[in-house]
Amino acid sequence: MSGRWTWFNVTSVVLGFAFLYIPIILLVIYSFNESRLVTVWAGFSTRWYVEMFNNQGLMDAAWVTIRVALVSATVATVLGTLAALALVRYTRFAGRTLFTGMVYAPLVMPEVITGLSLLLLFVSINMDRGFWTVTLAHITFSLCFVAVVVQSRLVSFDMSLEEAAQDLGCTPFEAFWKVTLPVIFPAVISGWMLAFTLSLDDLVIASFTSGPGATTLPMKIYSQVRLGVTPEINAVCTILIGLVAIGVITATMVTKQRAVADARARQADPA
Amino acid sequence: MKSLGNVRRSFTPWADGAARPYIAFENVTKRFGDFTAVDDLTMHVYEREFFSLLGPSGCGKTTLLRMLAGFEEPTSGDILLDGQSLKGVPPHQRPVNMMFQSYALFPHLTVADNIAFGLKQEGMERGAVAERVDQMLKLVKLEQFARRKPHQLSGGQRQRVALARSVAKRPKLLLLDEPLGALDKKLREETQFELMDLQEQLGLTFMIVTHDQEEAMTMSDRIAVMDAGIVVQTGTPGEIYEAPNTRYVADFIGNVNMFEGRVTAIDDGLAEMETGDGFGIRAVAQPGVSAGQHAWFAIRPEKVDVTRRKPDQDQNAVEGEVWDIAYLGGLTVFNVRLDSGTIVKATVLNSERAVEDPIGYEERVWLSFDPDCGILLER
Ligand SMILES: Nc1ncnc2c1ncn2[C@@H]1O[C@H](COP(=O)(O)OP(=O)(O)OP(=O)(O)O)[C@@H](O)[C@H]1O
Ligand SMILES: [Mg+2]
Repeated sequence: MSGRWTWFNVTSVVLGFAFLYIPIILLVIYSFNESRLVTVWAGFSTRWYVEMFNNQGLMDAAWVTIRVALVSATVATVLGTLAALALVRYTRFAGRTLFTGMVYAPLVMPEVITGLSLLLLFVSINMDRGFWTVTLAHITFSLCFVAVVVQSRLVSFDMSLEEAAQDLGCTPFEAFWKVTLPVIFPAVISGWMLAFTLSLDDLVIASFTSGPGATTLPMKIYSQVRLGVTPEINAVCTILIGLVAIGVITATMVTKQRAVADARARQADPA
Repeated sequence: MKSLGNVRRSFTPWADGAARPYIAFENVTKRFGDFTAVDDLTMHVYEREFFSLLGPSGCGKTTLLRMLAGFEEPTSGDILLDGQSLKGVPPHQRPVNMMFQSYALFPHLTVADNIAFGLKQEGMERGAVAERVDQMLKLVKLEQFARRKPHQLSGGQRQRVALARSVAKRPKLLLLDEPLGALDKKLREETQFELMDLQEQLGLTFMIVTHDQEEAMTMSDRIAVMDAGIVVQTGTPGEIYEAPNTRYVADFIGNVNMFEGRVTAIDDGLAEMETGDGFGIRAVAQPGVSAGQHAWFAIRPEKVDVTRRKPDQDQNAVEGEVWDIAYLGGLTVFNVRLDSGTIVKATVLNSERAVEDPIGYEERVWLSFDPDCGILLER
């Protein structure tokens, strides 16, 4: 890669970013539109934000979504990390290949099938559909994403670190808790964030597994859009975008700060 | 270091039949799949001993240490520590600390926290931990680096942190897997002496793996020379060097000249041998050597005298031509080519080297040695 700006480079970067961000920018701009008509600009206003907060249905859906995402991401992270550990550590147990395949299958399974099969399961065990069924469904499909993220970190984890911890007096569990977990923690956190966002924007599986009183935000938005797009929806989406952006920026800054601190420490001491 | 040397000389528990070994490997075999890494090995190490394992790469040194530390179970045989079998005792319950060949430093902890890890784990009180950490940092000369993370250190510095971390708990038994390999000569020698001091003062038992035979010679009470999962010889540095029991050991430790031949007579421990190089040898034989058998005579280069004049002895003398001279400051190494074509190495201390008329290239010289300077080996 050369660092030179050629016309070709500039054009492709501009086109790429335009393709990615123009729709989002339009959405944000129109969320501040005075007019009820989404495509006609009639001056700046924040009225849709006020309306959005007064829309009880929308707020309920948002609250359900956040609870589902928090619970399912956390449970999926614990289970996914355990699955990753089992896959990496116990390389010789019977049926390992089968287990690996089974953990990864939901990654490539069409969501419609996952949703449908979970629905059938819940119906057949007579489980009332609602908050817990959506949460369970989200745990199931985000677990494998967490497992993949954590596993890729564990493969490069030096097992002798755990041995060293045991050598210095830790039980195997303490060694995991004091050494392995802190070392792989960034991967666990990324796994959690991935699971959280997956749950946040899932529409298909939630539609299959949710019931009355547990409408998630994507479901709500989708059903409203079918009746016509209101600028209210634009406002909700803008807030979602804002939240995601803050999350991404914070994560980046934390990582960067650590790198800067390390560099400082290196300069402070004589080599 | 003189006084240390004297203390060490009187320390010979292995010669005392009644002494109980501190570590006993009893017929230990370790297999990985169908590969045998340690083969029916029996070895005893005594309390307060500084014991070195020496051997080529892959001969099973690390495997031995790992079995002692509890990370591998012997396939058969037993390991006793202070008379107790270690079978089934998990690593964290063994009074043993190990320094890993790969260092295994905790990447998320600073140098100081790495060293403090084991101390905190055993519940040592804060002030005492800090004091011990400072002491350890001083030992390995890393005082200014206490707050760095391992990835901000050089290879040699990391090695020193690993060493400090394993020594910090002052375990009764310390296993060091190539603890000084990444250090420069000066730092290595200083650390060697400080380790020996520490071991002496605290009365610890050290088992150390090294590739550096000089290091093994300097530090150890005894050395075990290993080859492909077995111990070929165990002995003090002097025994290993002066009386190797096989050609393998003689060759592994230091330089050696080897002459092959047939034993013609044995009397009173002295054997006569006719070599293929056209001269007779009369030398101390290994017990068990008998007349008529094939044997090898091993002699160290510094035991071979180089003279212009023919020495007045018929045996243990042979003529040759100076092939190469290497001047090493303190000594000079002559490579002398015998008429049979064999090259013999002889080192001469330069205090004895005639400065006015030094022996030069292509000169005819006589090589000679005393009967008790080398050893006749069966294998
Ligand atoms: N977990 C394992 N699985 C299979 N083979 C192993 C395992 N650990 C060690 N070995 C084999 O056992 C033999 C001895 O290994 P070991 O690590 O003890 O050698 P070493 O003497 O320490 O060598 P070096 O000086 O290179 O460190 C080697 O041939 C190695 O390949
Ligand atoms: Mg090794």
